[in-house]
Amino acid sequence: MKHKVATNVNGRAHEHEVEPRLLLVHYLRDTLGLTGTHIGCDTSQCGACTILVDGKAVKSCTMFAVQAEGRKLQTIEGLAKEGQLHPIQQAFWDEHGLQCGYCTPGFIMGSVYLLEQNPNPTEDEIRKGLEGNLCRCTGYVNIVKAVQSAAKTMAGAPAKSGSKAALTAGGE
Amino acid sequence: MSVSQMVGAKIHRREDPRLITGHGRYTDDLTRAGLVHLAVVRSPHAHARILSIGVEAARKAPGVIAVFTAKDFKDVIGGPATFPVAPVFAPIKLANPPRYPIAAEEVCYQGEPVAVVVAEQRGQAADAAQLVDVDYETLPAVMDIEEALKPGSPKAHLDQKDNIAWDTTYVPWEATDKAFKDAEVVVKERILQQRLSPNPMESRVVMAEYDPFDKRMTMWLSTQNPHWIRLFVGGALSLGEHQLRVISHDVGGGFGSKISPYPEDYIVPACAKLLERPIKYTETRTEAVQNAYAGRGQIFDIEVAAKKDGTLLGMRLTQMLDAGAYIGTFGAFQTCACLLAGGAYHWQAISSRSVAVLTNKITTDPYRGAGRPEATHAVERMIDLVAHEIGMDPAELRRKNFIQKAEFPYTQNFGLTMDSGDYEKAMDKALKIVGYEDLRKKQKELRKQGRYLGIGLSTWIELCGLGPGAVTGPATGGVVLSESALVKIHPTGGVSIYVGTHNHGQGNDTTHAQIAADALGLPMEQIDIRHGDTNEGPGFGYGTYGSRSLAVGGIAIQRASNKVIDKAKKIAAHILEAAEEDIVFDQGKFHVKGAPDKSKALGEVAFAAYGQLPEGMEQGLEAVAYFEPPNFVWPFGTHICVVEVDPETGAVDMQKYVAVDDCGNVVNPMIVAGQLHGGIAQGIAQALFEEMIYDEESGQLRSATFLDYVMLTANEMPTLELDSTVTPSPTNDLGVKGIGEAGTIASTVAVINAICDALSPLGIKHVDMPATPDRLWKQMKGASKASSNGKEARQ
Repeated sequence: MKHKVATNVNGRAHEHEVEPRLLLVHYLRDTLGLTGTHIGCDTSQCGACTILVDGKAVKSCTMFAVQAEGRKLQTIEGLAKEGQLHPIQQAFWDEHGLQCGYCTPGFIMGSVYLLEQNPNPTEDEIRKGLEGNLCRCTGYVNIVKAVQSAAKTMAGAPAKSGSKAALTAGGE
Repeated sequence: MSVSQMVGAKIHRREDPRLITGHGRYTDDLTRAGLVHLAVVRSPHAHARILSIGVEAARKAPGVIAVFTAKDFKDVIGGPATFPVAPVFAPIKLANPPRYPIAAEEVCYQGEPVAVVVAEQRGQAADAAQLVDVDYETLPAVMDIEEALKPGSPKAHLDQKDNIAWDTTYVPWEATDKAFKDAEVVVKERILQQRLSPNPMESRVVMAEYDPFDKRMTMWLSTQNPHWIRLFVGGALSLGEHQLRVISHDVGGGFGSKISPYPEDYIVPACAKLLERPIKYTETRTEAVQNAYAGRGQIFDIEVAAKKDGTLLGMRLTQMLDAGAYIGTFGAFQTCACLLAGGAYHWQAISSRSVAVLTNKITTDPYRGAGRPEATHAVERMIDLVAHEIGMDPAELRRKNFIQKAEFPYTQNFGLTMDSGDYEKAMDKALKIVGYEDLRKKQKELRKQGRYLGIGLSTWIELCGLGPGAVTGPATGGVVLSESALVKIHPTGGVSIYVGTHNHGQGNDTTHAQIAADALGLPMEQIDIRHGDTNEGPGFGYGTYGSRSLAVGGIAIQRASNKVIDKAKKIAAHILEAAEEDIVFDQGKFHVKGAPDKSKALGEVAFAAYGQLPEGMEQGLEAVAYFEPPNFVWPFGTHICVVEVDPETGAVDMQKYVAVDDCGNVVNPMIVAGQLHGGIAQGIAQALFEEMIYDEESGQLRSATFLDYVMLTANEMPTLELDSTVTPSPTNDLGVKGIGEAGTIASTVAVINAICDALSPLGIKHVDMPATPDRLWKQMKGASKASSNGKEARQ
């Protein structure tokens, strides 16, 4: 038996009939075609599927689609506005905070929530705040740097030279 | 002459915009019209005979299209190439059981496929797979390396006479007789390299679609080397290269585990052909931990002979390797540990031997570093043991035995020629950064207070950039690991470059564009780098592994670019009405010698290249280059780790980590640092946390999820202090080496040496990995008891 689920994802209303056992992450990926949210494990350890549910970071493999009824969801695809990267996205790019990129959407969404809760976190607070996300490529070094740099930008400090400038200028 | 602008610069990655916005194209993100899904029914036993397989209930389940077992694939999957086993450095294979993608009569590891279910929806396939009723007779499993070596041991396969996969002696023991006769000190140790799960964050996905009219198969999969997969799958499915297209877009990490072929690489296209439906298989994480080709899984017995003044004389090393249930396609590459165990030092002689056994576990195959972390661990551990034995500072013992800068190119004990190095310089820089002398003083002070501070060095070397044909040709059984590139300049100056390497996080699309931009004198934005599609580019690409994408692939790009410029000069001579030898190419423009103000841009020359040309010239401006390197490249460096071990809990507090690495000339320092960060993290994780744990009786993998297989999180990662020296490689035009595996090769033993150094006041000389708090705590407790009777504690 299927159930109706109505959600708002990245500002757009959706309504679908879904199996009760359908995980929210599969709903996003397979039903809505929002494949930026990734699946990295079966046991809710890796955090690759992290999204925002009513503004809170949630591993979307820990919820059924039907539990998202009436909720406001934000995925990685909804983060850049009008062609402008979110400061955290920009910071991941600038600080080389990703390599294979598979865990990246989860880290970025987790960081959005982290900085919303704590706009000026210490390094330890960033590490603690992101301990629910696994990355196998970066050793977390530049992920932590990216979050620190995004925190500064979001607090209104002068932004570092952007990537586009670096691309055309031929580097530093 | 073009002035280098891009090579050496910190250029931000062109790959990133799609990846940070959720627009990557990983295989599971792709779909096809009419796509159906495949689930695999796997053996729950490590070793069992299949008595019967009941498929009727599964066939009747909702949405099920087909249930197949081994017999259904007999006419579709065959041929000797199904699971090739490369000779590598152990050419004589003894027990080498043939492997078929799906078991018919006997299963030899937990997770081996026995049936597959294809259904309309992924959930339906998974549900129906539960209904396949397999009746097994369980058989004794062999899970332990030493057990497998015993004559009376169970056999990993019923029809084997023993479990010995290979037994290769590289240099016989007699060769080191003199060294051991002359020795004033002999130290012995057994070093365990636990089995590791590679765990790229993206597990494997395979999708295939067959066009029965044009007889073309397209496969999308998560691989490091699409052309190799085309070679293997094409051979097994009787599809020529013109019929099989393999596409690998974004790949979520590999670390070696996505090199060799897997059962599903054959099964999925075979099902697509049988059913004439596009099919996708998405591996779950549990399946991935269980079935991804594992890393390490080795025991080393090592003896070192030395003089009391610290002069190293000889080494005898035996590698005992757990090959798993079937020998991996490149599994014997791990024997390179036996050829590299001399490290950065002079030795009178080294003897080594590799013995591999079959067990009832998943195959082992190259995992980041593959044989080189093991070699580094062996030699760097032994150096510390010698230093401890003779009471010499471990840094000074290293200094005394280093191969000197002026000796390069240096032919080491196994006949391999090391290209360039300056080991002392890197070590001195690292010692200075870490504040070595002060740390030793601090250590002394803390020891008086009953605190255990340890300093661990790893003066690592590496062989990479696979590789020269004289070695790699015989090693693969015929294919030389060169690399290809096709550079096309289109009529208005747009450039498409097709490379044979892959990119699964290394940032090659960016660094390769940097190289091409300099060679062609064009802005990077005008150059597209394409990888991962066998229908594009040269006839064969060799893929990305063994830190080769720059030192081999990058040079192919540079050479193909140079070929294009050579032709463009001829065309420029035509349009500038001058002799070809008078044409100068400078930063993307051609001019006649002495008249730089009257120049033609490469784009203008390209347009002319497609127009009317003098007789004897062909239209077009494109070139292919294959680069076969004359030698491997040999990066090196010094890592120093500082830890304090808590005697109450056994917990390791990593206080400092300094790495001074030398990978020759650097194309993009940001990417080099990133590779080091991740590599060091993986090495630390082996030292402290990671281990595949099997139940020795039943053969069940007990660490099959991320809950049980402990990886590093941001919390455990120490702050790294990186620095470098630059010693260019003389073997390629860019003077580059490799850096993809360096961190993992260097770091594991730096951590373990630091822990051993910390615990040495307790009489502990060696600790096994992973050095978890409980293991260290028990060893420390044991040591305080054992110290009274003079025995070394080992847990």
